[in-house]
Amino acid sequence: MVTDAANPPEAEPIIRTNGMSVYYGSFLAVRNVFLEIPKHHVVALIGPSGCGKSTVLRCFNRLNDLIQGARVEGKITFHDVDLYDPKIDPVEVRRRIGMVFQKPNPFPKSIYENIAFGARINGFRGSLDELVEQSLRKAALWDEVKDKLKQSGQALSGGQQQRLCIARAIALTPDVLLMDEPASSLDPISTMRIEDLIKELKQDYTIIIVTHNMQQASRVSDRTAFFNAELTEKGNRFGYLVEYDKTETIFRSPQQKATKDYVSGRFG
Amino acid sequence: MTRSLTAPRTLFGLGMTALSGLFVVIALVPLLAVLFYVTLQGANLLSWEVLTELVPPAGVSAGGIGNALLGTLIMVGIAALISVPIGVIAAIFLSEFGSNEPMSNWIRFATNVLSGVPSIVIGVFAYGILVVPLGTFSALAGGVALSLLMLPIVVRTAEEALKLVPDELRQASVGLGARRFQTVFGVVLPAAMPALITGVMLAIARASGESAPLLFTALFSQYWPQGLLEPTPSLAVLIYNYAIIPFAYQQNLAWTAAFILITIVLLTSIASRLTMWRR
Repeated sequence: MVTDAANPPEAEPIIRTNGMSVYYGSFLAVRNVFLEIPKHHVVALIGPSGCGKSTVLRCFNRLNDLIQGARVEGKITFHDVDLYDPKIDPVEVRRRIGMVFQKPNPFPKSIYENIAFGARINGFRGSLDELVEQSLRKAALWDEVKDKLKQSGQALSGGQQQRLCIARAIALTPDVLLMDEPASSLDPISTMRIEDLIKELKQDYTIIIVTHNMQQASRVSDRTAFFNAELTEKGNRFGYLVEYDKTETIFRSPQQKATKDYVSGRFG
Repeated sequence: MTRSLTAPRTLFGLGMTALSGLFVVIALVPLLAVLFYVTLQGANLLSWEVLTELVPPAGVSAGGIGNALLGTLIMVGIAALISVPIGVIAAIFLSEFGSNEPMSNWIRFATNVLSGVPSIVIGVFAYGILVVPLGTFSALAGGVALSLLMLPIVVRTAEEALKLVPDELRQASVGLGARRFQTVFGVVLPAAMPALITGVMLAIARASGESAPLLFTALFSQYWPQGLLEPTPSLAVLIYNYAIIPFAYQQNLAWTAAFILITIVLLTSIASRLTMWRR
């Protein structure tokens, strides 16, 4: 197991996991992960199917709480606060750590209401119109939708829907944005726009992105964590972190053989 | 490669297709026959006066079905006011909050049993808990009886409607920091609304045609409804009363009431289909 102790990130870490393991009931899903996510960086989580990268991502905003029997061991800190402390309200966590899902999932409401919803439930007191425009601009969607804000968000194209979902997430001005394979259901051009957007959003947010696509990881991320899956004696698959380093290092000169095999396309 | 019309399996296939087509026609015959005959018998007396005038006593050849129509609307309205909120909130519990709890299965089981209770028994029950203590037949008792009939339909259709809402929407809402009730009332319920309305309309259509629960709860009256605690006429009971007495005009009124009732049921069903299509 290689942690990045030998190669500390330059920026101050915003999220840190310390020996994190995730269980579903008695089933071990991810084992003993040490990660440091530096502020205003894009961190990509890559690895083959079933390696637990999405599971890890969903621990950061406590979305795994929705799954019965899901349990986290070890420690995850956000701004040095333990996210799984019993005193922590998971709802507050999710307001500060936003999420974009694999499949674009706009609400069956108007484009405007899609963005206003998050603000309303959070007791936003400013101008909603301004917030909607700002968020859509940041998500590079404003010019395409400014004349049809009353139309349903579900009437947009897939790529536009995903940018609407990004706008919806950043409307809450979170510190961190989690993205779970945000472009996997999109065409190449929409994917490119999402990737450009990620690079821009890096100025204001810390982004953790799960991706199947290694080229995408190398294009957008500053640091990359490679996860792999292994079988226990009982035949269960569990995921673990193999290597975490600067993206360049992971793709050019990985320390681990498994990483090298994966990034060179020998498996996965 | 050519298709042989005399091959046994082709003949068998054609025969089965013809047979299933025939049975579709047979299944549709009762519906069309009822619609046709009721329209034939009921439409000839139809006029604005008949729809708005008081029900005549036996032997009088004038008047209409106005008060019975109003009574039906009042009692179905009461029933909807009771059963829709209770049914929808119960369905929210079943689908959103308690889907894994053992109690939910008991609630579903109880709902199924309730939907199997004969409507005449529901009438007797309402008689026992409302008519006897209040000492009078009433629109209230009739409405309560109908609401018991509607409740299981509302619960089941509403639960189905909520379950049709994709989980991704719930996750999106939770991911934005919505609390559970905010997710349910802000996202899930609006998304399920068209299907919910369909279910409610089906329940209303069902209740408006029932006579058994009204026979000894609302009874009947020859007058305009005076209040919720008075005997109240309804279309279904009017049909029951007047179809079997030997006066031609009254029998014709029963046909007219039947025609109006079927029209109401058809219109609500069509309206509920339309709300589904509009999605």
